[in-house]
Amino acid sequence: MKIPYYPGCTLHERARDFDDSAKACASALGVELEELPIWTCCGAVYPLVTDSVMDVLAGVRNLSYASRIGDKVVTLCSFCYNVLKRSNNVMRVDLDKREKANLFLRADTAAREKVESYTLEDYEGQVEVLHYIEMLRDVVGYDKLAEAVSKKLDGLKVAPYYGCMLLRPKKEMNFDDPEQPTIFEEFLEAIGCDVVDFPMKTECCGGFQVVNDEELAVSCSQNVVVSALKRDADVIVTTCPLCRYNLDRHQEKMAERISGFTKVPVVYFTQLLGLALGLGKEHLDFTDNTVDPMPVLAEKSLI
Amino acid sequence: MEERIGVFVCHCGTNIAGTVDVKRVAEELAGYPGVAHSTDYTYMCSDPGQNLVKEAIKEHDLTGVIVAACSPTLHEATFRRAGTAAGMNPYQVEISNIREQCSWVHQGDKEAATEKAIRTIKVMIEKARLDEALEPISVPMTPRALVVGGGIAGIQAALDIANSGHEVVLVEKDASIGGHMAQLSETFPTLDCSQCIMTPKMVEVAQHPRVKLMTYSEVDDVSGFVGNFKVKIRKKASYVNRDVCTGCGLCSEKCPAKAPSEFDEGLAERPVIYTPFPQAVPNKPVLDAEHCTYFLKDGKCGVCAKVCPLDCIDYEQKDEIVEEEVGAIVVATGYDLYPIENMGEYGGGKYPDVVTSLQFERMLSASGPTGGEVRRPSDNEVPKEVVFLTCCGSRDPESHLPYCSKVCCMYLTKHAMLYKHNAHEGQAYVFYMDVRTGGKGYEEFYTRAAEEDDVLYIRGKVSKIFEEDGKVMVWGVDTLSGKKIEIAADMAVLGLATVPNKAAGELANMLKLHQNEWGFLSEAHPKLRPVESLAPGFYIAGAAQGPKDIPESVAQASGAASKVASLFAETEYHREPIIACIDEDTCAGCKVCVSVCPYDAAEFDEKDKVARIKEAICEGCGACIAACPSGSASQKNLTDEQLYKMVSAALEV
Repeated sequence: MKIPYYPGCTLHERARDFDDSAKACASALGVELEELPIWTCCGAVYPLVTDSVMDVLAGVRNLSYASRIGDKVVTLCSFCYNVLKRSNNVMRVDLDKREKANLFLRADTAAREKVESYTLEDYEGQVEVLHYIEMLRDVVGYDKLAEAVSKKLDGLKVAPYYGCMLLRPKKEMNFDDPEQPTIFEEFLEAIGCDVVDFPMKTECCGGFQVVNDEELAVSCSQNVVVSALKRDADVIVTTCPLCRYNLDRHQEKMAERISGFTKVPVVYFTQLLGLALGLGKEHLDFTDNTVDPMPVLAEKSLI
Repeated sequence: MEERIGVFVCHCGTNIAGTVDVKRVAEELAGYPGVAHSTDYTYMCSDPGQNLVKEAIKEHDLTGVIVAACSPTLHEATFRRAGTAAGMNPYQVEISNIREQCSWVHQGDKEAATEKAIRTIKVMIEKARLDEALEPISVPMTPRALVVGGGIAGIQAALDIANSGHEVVLVEKDASIGGHMAQLSETFPTLDCSQCIMTPKMVEVAQHPRVKLMTYSEVDDVSGFVGNFKVKIRKKASYVNRDVCTGCGLCSEKCPAKAPSEFDEGLAERPVIYTPFPQAVPNKPVLDAEHCTYFLKDGKCGVCAKVCPLDCIDYEQKDEIVEEEVGAIVVATGYDLYPIENMGEYGGGKYPDVVTSLQFERMLSASGPTGGEVRRPSDNEVPKEVVFLTCCGSRDPESHLPYCSKVCCMYLTKHAMLYKHNAHEGQAYVFYMDVRTGGKGYEEFYTRAAEEDDVLYIRGKVSKIFEEDGKVMVWGVDTLSGKKIEIAADMAVLGLATVPNKAAGELANMLKLHQNEWGFLSEAHPKLRPVESLAPGFYIAGAAQGPKDIPESVAQASGAASKVASLFAETEYHREPIIACIDEDTCAGCKVCVSVCPYDAAEFDEKDKVARIKEAICEGCGACIAACPSGSASQKNLTDEQLYKMVSAALEV
């Protein structure tokens, strides 16, 4: 089965390991992630202005491309998911913006030159935006997932980190309970991990503030990492390249500031999934990780 | 018979006369067919105005009266009474509204307003010409009341109705009456011991010669109508012969199995055969079969039956349906707390040291799970810092409930004070949005907490609570200083919103009682009729109608009781006769009227093969009249013929 896939900029660059492991796992589960033939950056952050349509065009155009090859689009990056889903909501409910956006879409002749099937149809929000983990839960099913697991990650204590973008704002994202979400915990149980519940799992890692005020990002990330560490997590999983960067990169500083601090590797959930599905080391590319996850995985006899 | 209609055009000071030429109206109508007398007057509703009507009826031998004035909702009853006093049938007195529907909305255009007033009155003259003399419908009244709910409101209502000389059946779903008030330690603002002030009323109602108390019972079915309800009450199987039982307590003492105590809000356990609390009324136990070894394990155990000196245990006991006939029903089913599971931001119930307000209340109670000491559920230590949160679920339209639960500011203040009286060195914090202290002595109570007991009030909401290193971490804000606040407390108490009792929702649906979107029972008028339902014969009292404190619940209960007493003051109940009726000669027996009636007031007679209207129930809504294909259904004093003539007069065709 094929599902349209929108990787987003980062998954093709700094987070190639995420993209690679995700595709390999999907394939192993019988799902072909069909990358959109053409796509652009989604805009990265959903706009705060509400009186203009320009700011949602990037996301809307990608959704419109997706609508030509399917009725769903799967994405992995939390920020892309947030932007695409909320832009999609605008197209579904705001008729005025929908009309204006479609005027721009119709003028997108460059796309039609590249892909013949891009005809002049209006986009009305008909695509369903899915996060990869929603695809695992709803399209594949966690029970089928559990059956496909060849190597249960026994003894590995995993702390699922949600961050902000997946869950908020609650009504638009409609992803999971924003205070006590469980979708990642259920996933981790399905692949046999020991799940570590920690109170900071929905708190911000610092996000883009790292560009402007690194100290702020360090302090936010520290809050999250220390909370997971206190509950004996071996590994933190995330679904956002920026979260992974922040939580991972700043641990050097955390180690300097906190006596007795033990570093906790931060990996993408699809990398653990790959291990569980028996895809082996080839899909585990940790070159970008500051804190190397290999030692703890080796210690638990998982590689 | 010759029609002799009297027309009385009111000036209403300048309200009408300022826009409508009332003299011209009276003059023009004097010559209208059927009009025998036409006049105008400054204030028709005054005594002289009413006398004008009475004298004219006698002097001109009138067959009908039109008072052209304000809306009928104001004075229709006034003029009907005047007509009756002069010997006219009240249903031949009509109001023509030339104020709200004429002078008040056409204030710039005297000519048009006057023409409209004339036509408006002609419409009612046409109606009055064909009005019949009608008599109110009388139905017998059973002067007994049913009170559903044995909390403070239900108890008070039952006492007041019984003391006014009428029998009451008081039904309570739990093993004892008392409701939530029985769980409270002390009550604000006096810090009276709750049980001490309540138990006298509980005993009084149980011993009252006119009260039939049925605990561990629920209302299964209600049929009939005001004055004539038939109620089926299910006495749930308690497996104890409560008539013989003396309440010695041996069975509870020896029972080896335990279950979480509902009365102690899960903080302690109780035996499976139990009375909920020491002052329970009646002080007779019930056996909770869902947790009982005898029932779960095929007859193993049976200790209670062995030790009972009077052989009261009966494992074969079944639910019993008791039928009662009553004339009025008071619904006083009370409240519950908004579930802590919904407050994910505060842990959703997974942190043992984050407790609900009722749980804290049980801790404060001398007969509670901690013997009246405030202790952390996790390690039984006395907490040194306790944070109290107002508005947990209330005033939060985005995530929870939009309304204010009214009592939490007061009871959390009480909790903070009592905690301080308990643990003198402790520190109490109250996070608030506003401190609402509207009752008598309430503001002074709050001042006392802040000034005498050093309770620290912080203006801001708590965004998150979690546990870390054995402490309850509270993240809040102080909006007055603009600073974020983090408190590493020992315990947190959530002032959860008040919601209607869940079981009551099912009852309200069964009784077809109107509820607002949050499930609170709707009163007939938000300002002027707070204790009646729109459904005749149903009254509401207490927290079931909306969040409220004890004095208001008691006041509403007494109010509902007085409404019931006035209902019972007549031996017959009188209903308005402007209802539907069916011409049996033309009725084809299609039963469409039966299917459209929202009140079940139309019934089909299988023998005569015609439909009939139950006069005691019909509300005159008109659904059957509109639906009847043969035109056999019509409304008294609003027949098709009258309507055609009225419309013709309005359109001058």
